[in-house]
Amino acid sequence: MLLIRCPYCEEERPELEFRNAGEAHIARSANMAGESDDDFEKFFFIRSNPKGIIYERWRHMHGCARFFNAVRDTVTDKFVMTYKAGEPKPAKLPGVAK
Amino acid sequence: MAKAAAKKTAAAASPSVDRRPALAGRTTTATGVKVEVLPPAERISLRAPEASVAALSKALGLTLPKKPKTSASKGGRTALWLGPDEWLVIDEGGNDPLADCATVAALHSAVGISHRNIAISVTGPAAEAAINSGCPQDLSLDAFPAGAASRTILGKAEIVLLRTSNDAFRVECWRSFSDYVFTFLSEGARDAAG
Repeated sequence: MLLIRCPYCEEERPELEFRNAGEAHIARSANMAGESDDDFEKFFFIRSNPKGIIYERWRHMHGCARFFNAVRDTVTDKFVMTYKAGEPKPAKLPGVAK
Repeated sequence: MAKAAAKKTAAAASPSVDRRPALAGRTTTATGVKVEVLPPAERISLRAPEASVAALSKALGLTLPKKPKTSASKGGRTALWLGPDEWLVIDEGGNDPLADCATVAALHSAVGISHRNIAISVTGPAAEAAINSGCPQDLSLDAFPAGAASRTILGKAEIVLLRTSNDAFRVECWRSFSDYVFTFLSEGARDAAG
């Protein structure tokens, strides 16, 4: 079983307590009604789906119930790090060779 | 006269206030572990921002814990940290925490959930093993000491777990899951004993 570090509970907890909530850092337009169909499609449907490092939202559903962000490698399925919701993308990832 | 009237009212009201808690009276005993249903208690779900915590603590008569996975207990009342701004307050002394919170003007949300939850006690040297049969958390004394509390899962149901002493746990679950949770814990207790 994967252990995922919850930044609010400040410890690693079993993956059964968590839910994935899709890609992170997707900004919602402040003027949604003014968006063109193409821009809305990009915002709403199009995801990066990379092979490698991905930034995702996760929720500690059966714990503190908070949403947070996680950096995960889609190849190894390993979590690189997690950080609180609202915080910017980490500039440096620990243990990842660039 | 007043006494007679009170008696009459009580007699007339009795059928509607006859409370039948889920699982009433069920217990399972296995070697080294006992699973039993605890009596009804008053409970509230409390949400409040940092700025209101001091006022709420004063009204409730105990200090709301701010550290993850901890609880605070005083005079039959226990507050469990569930999230950064969320607590479960359980009162076993017959006092109503909802009424205490109602006197607080600071921003908060207190919702009465006394009848939503059922509490099950798991006690004995094998209690840890019985709960770990369906709960993936590390329940060793290092990671989950007495007084530790956490929302987690047991099998397919969400529970709130509180370690009341080194070999005693209080399992809080939703009423509709209580039959499943009790049966699961009973099976776990038999496995832990075997």
